Amino acid sequence: MKFDHRESRLDFVKHRKKFFMFSAVFLLIGVILLSTLGLNLGIDFRSGTTVDVLAEDSVSEDEIASEFAEIGYEPDDIVLAGENNDIGRASFIGGLDQQESLEIQNHFEETYGNVPNVSTVTPIVGEELAMNAFISVLIASLGIILYVTIRFEFLYGISAIVALFHDALFILTIFSIVQMEVNIPFIAAVLTIIGYSINDTIVTFDRIRENMAKEKVVETFDQISAVVNKSLIQTLARSINTVLTVVFAAGALLLLGGEGLRVFSFALVVGLVAGTYSSLFIAAQLWAVLKSKQVKRRLEKERLEREAEEEASTT
Amino acid sequence: MVAKRRKGVRKSLIALFFVIVAAVAALIAVNVTDQVDDISLGLDLQGGFEVLYEVEPLDGEDTEITRELLTDTVSALSARVNVLGVSEPIINIEGDDRIRVQLAGVEDQEQARELLSTQARLEFRDVEDNLLLDGSHLAEGGAQQNFHPDTNQPIVSVTVEDVDRLQEVTSELAQQPQGQNLMAIWLDYQEEDSFQEEFGSPDSKIVSAPQVRQPLNQRDIMIEGGFDVEEAQDLAGILNAGALPVELEELQLNSVGASLGQQSMELAVYAGAVGIALIFAYMLAYYRFMGFIAVLTLTTYIYFVLVVFNWLNAVLTLPGIAALILGVGMAVDANIITYERVKDELKAGRTVMSAFKAGSRRSFSTILDANVTTILAAAVLYYFGTSAVQGFAVMLIVSILMSFLTAVLGTRLLLGLWVNSRALNRKQKLFGVKEEHIDEVRS
Repeated sequence: MKFDHRESRLDFVKHRKKFFMFSAVFLLIGVILLSTLGLNLGIDFRSGTTVDVLAEDSVSEDEIASEFAEIGYEPDDIVLAGENNDIGRASFIGGLDQQESLEIQNHFEETYGNVPNVSTVTPIVGEELAMNAFISVLIASLGIILYVTIRFEFLYGISAIVALFHDALFILTIFSIVQMEVNIPFIAAVLTIIGYSINDTIVTFDRIRENMAKEKVVETFDQISAVVNKSLIQTLARSINTVLTVVFAAGALLLLGGEGLRVFSFALVVGLVAGTYSSLFIAAQLWAVLKSKQVKRRLEKERLEREAEEEASTT
Repeated sequence: MVAKRRKGVRKSLIALFFVIVAAVAALIAVNVTDQVDDISLGLDLQGGFEVLYEVEPLDGEDTEITRELLTDTVSALSARVNVLGVSEPIINIEGDDRIRVQLAGVEDQEQARELLSTQARLEFRDVEDNLLLDGSHLAEGGAQQNFHPDTNQPIVSVTVEDVDRLQEVTSELAQQPQGQNLMAIWLDYQEEDSFQEEFGSPDSKIVSAPQVRQPLNQRDIMIEGGFDVEEAQDLAGILNAGALPVELEELQLNSVGASLGQQSMELAVYAGAVGIALIFAYMLAYYRFMGFIAVLTLTTYIYFVLVVFNWLNAVLTLPGIAALILGVGMAVDANIITYERVKDELKAGRTVMSAFKAGSRRSFSTILDANVTTILAAAVLYYFGTSAVQGFAVMLIVSILMSFLTAVLGTRLLLGLWVNSRALNRKQKLFGVKEEHIDEVRS
């Protein structure tokens, strides 16, 4: 890959309206999907019990079901997992009591020699964790805006937070579309992406800040967008290389990390794509639009003041 | 001839480089297995079980659940977990009225659950359910597993504090007619319970109800409950650990079979190794010599994270691994930001030495701002978050600090030694910069 940014004719800012439009439409669809179809909430967010049965060899869903039937249970759902389909995950919505789960554990310990993994959950715990994570992110966003305002400028902070929520919502939308089961590690993945998104956006903004300082006069939108474009191209090699290396790690987990990490690593990969997209096509462009409006207002104000002064001096 | 045109290569710096690398490599090689063994794995990785309790005031009492009460409960629980022999229990207070207990590697989960949530309020009552003696009349730590002198059955003996008091109540009991002269020994008596209902019922709260034929003038009371040795030991253990000052209600129970945990862990470690190998290969291919330095600093980074993580006694869970991956990403990013800057400067026609200096200086504030912002977010998550979110935040903060240390300081030191040795002068190719991309050398 060669990114010689001095010769590049790439224009990231020109098509900003298309990028904004795409994201707006996609996220609107996301909001609609989330409010109608919702997410496929796993047992972490619904009350019930899951029993993970580890067999010695490959098993079929029927086999697991008949084992349960033998002791008089009928799972609401059975999913096979594991490298050779040697794990059967049976879900009981509504839950099992202590006695029942003990009976099931004993039965399968005799059958397969492994104590199955029984999780009984009341949804409040998962829901509270998600709520808690959400509120913490909101508070963290305020902190980020504050820090960025001090180190950079308020508008950078706003744009960075928009990008952050863009990325988080993007993951939720994709998960609403594919209806993959959402569990607690999923929340960790969303938090990871939020961290990555901040990092990525700040690196780009840092370059914009640096290039802005070099310009003597930045007044029109074209001037601002030229600076933004230059900065994006200059950081392009870094953006792509960084996301590639992180995708190596997340992708390896997705392909080789096993069933327990699948949801988590899929969310990471989706989020990395969204994060890179928003850093390259949304955050900086949004800043350019906001900045040019700010500059315009300032110039307008100065012009009015000048006119007022002139008027005062002529009379 | 080429060598003559250049100033002499300062071999001492290169030697120093190899000394540092060898020293760190030796440290890692000797110590890394210890560090890996020391990591405490969370339940999702190791197996074990976890219970989330809601703390409620004792039956019929209207006590407020205060922080102090919660702390007392936690210490009582810790004392009980010791009875179980679990090496590293994790007992946390969550929110205003919750306690989360995580026990890794417990074999008998049923026993553990019972042991944890029993209040262990031992009370002596007559058949009319009038209270004769309770825990406050017993000597602290006086419970013992023993054997009955006649039958050799395992029993639990408790010691009363006040012998006169025992004599007083037993002399009253002894005057009662046959059948009424029983001293019922209750565990966790509640107001609605009665002797008539409970006595002899299966799973009874009445541990035993010995007849009292004559006043007892002794310090020890034997409790025969048809125990086996282990049950008697457990009961003695929790009696000594002290009664819980509150009632605990299970909100959530999560048990993970160890073999499932083991399988997930092996796959995750394997996948992680493949991912890191790919990152190393890419860095080497793209940044050449600087990539080599990156491989060294990233290896050190992973080792440092392990050390600090163990030092904090933190528990590694899946969300922790998530944070570690993000940390690797940010460490790589710090490297990439620096190297891209150095390449830019090289392409602009600077010499290797000045490109290195300008590149590291200019990339510093970028990396600093990006890291501080992310740490800020992580700190907020830690402060406001609970369990899984907090675990993620701790790992993230550790990762970022270590990545800053290794990727910024480590890279500067190691690459700096080579650059300052002049061995790399005019070797732009080693940095992945082709000659045709270099501007005319400025005069």
